[in-house]
Amino acid sequence: MHRFANPARFLKIARPLTGWFFWLGLVLLLAGAGCGLFLTPADYLQGQTVRILYIHVPAAWLGMGGWTGIAIAALMQLVWRHPLAAVAGRAIAGPGALFTAICLATGSIWGRPTWGTWWEWDGRMTSMLVLLFLYLGYIALANASARQAEQGGVSSVTAIFGLVGAVNIPIINRSVVWWNSLHQGPSITLRGSSIDGSLLWPLGLTLLGFSLWFGAIVLMRMRTILARNKVEARMRRLTRG
Amino acid sequence: MNQWAFVTAAYAVTFIGTALVSIHSWRAMRSAERQADALSTRD
Amino acid sequence: MKAKHQRLILALAALVAIVGAGLLAVSALKDEAAYFYAPNDVKTKGVEPGKAIRLGGMVVKGSLHRAADGVTIGFDVTDGKATVPATFSGIAPDLFKEGSGVVAEGAFDTKGTFVATNLLAKHDERYMPRELEGMTYNETTHEMKKADQ
Repeated sequence: MHRFANPARFLKIARPLTGWFFWLGLVLLLAGAGCGLFLTPADYLQGQTVRILYIHVPAAWLGMGGWTGIAIAALMQLVWRHPLAAVAGRAIAGPGALFTAICLATGSIWGRPTWGTWWEWDGRMTSMLVLLFLYLGYIALANASARQAEQGGVSSVTAIFGLVGAVNIPIINRSVVWWNSLHQGPSITLRGSSIDGSLLWPLGLTLLGFSLWFGAIVLMRMRTILARNKVEARMRRLTRG
Repeated sequence: MNQWAFVTAAYAVTFIGTALVSIHSWRAMRSAERQADALSTRD
Repeated sequence: MKAKHQRLILALAALVAIVGAGLLAVSALKDEAAYFYAPNDVKTKGVEPGKAIRLGGMVVKGSLHRAADGVTIGFDVTDGKATVPATFSGIAPDLFKEGSGVVAEGAFDTKGTFVATNLLAKHDERYMPRELEGMTYNETTHEMKKADQ
């Protein structure tokens, strides 16, 4: 695991990957969105609004996946003292919060024509809003305690917060099963999908596209932090010497 | 009721959000790496 | 090596404790966090008339009718175990139809009829194109068999 602990070695891999992830992600994303907007049939019940699915579902999964990544990075930071884990946690928070916000916004836009409401305090929506607040808290905490953090990463307190906040992820996932909710149950489970194949396929494209784009943004943000570290280390040496 | 208005709004929100974050992250990385590169070339 | 293992055990123990406590708290919330009452909840637990609640379930096929005043609609809500009559006057959402899901906000009157002040449509987790509807539906026993009627 510590093979990639050396920033120089990490950068050697991250530099070429950033562009690949970004452009491949963008192409898949645009292809998936185009197919989802113009090629797939309308839903029998919802009509055209079902097309929001192709962005709402990847945004929800990546919003939750982002926090899972923060929790894993926090564990690696606290237990193995992996120097890049703290940087990764900080880099994930921004795009993770963005996807959570997109999930909430598109869900609200989708809810108006289907359910007849922009917002209701049911289990799924409330727990997803809590996730957005957790992201904002994590970012604020990381910025406030930046001085205690090493190498531009997040402080230990922030990492612990990331670990504790992970309890919300299974709650979001199960919210529609445990409680009566306005949001419908899960469509895609381990046993299969209740979305017909003719409607489902662009979701694979947008999901992969958004995931690659997420990876590209995380790499960009990690590279930014590492480059700033280098400049700051030089400044410190200059003032000392 | 026009369903396409809702679909368009949802896609617009998403693409504006991702575009802004892309541009911001890219510019931050480019300026930070330029500063770092300027240090090593001076050696 | 030893310190690292100590930290790992500590972190994992803390994680298990946090997740356990969180899930325990949530399971204790189970009933309070329910977004709506199903007709069977109403039957078993009892809801006093006039108390503002949400009632959720399926609109029974063939139960939807318009009252004499031309504005109020009446329908039955079921969850498969119990059925409750409901009335509503106002504009129902587009997806509100017989055999489909509904969440109604309102209160029971003294005769046991649910008087809704607002209706929300609840759809299920299945998505399919119109042409496939009949075929796929016949294979299942789900209530939403002919949702497009």
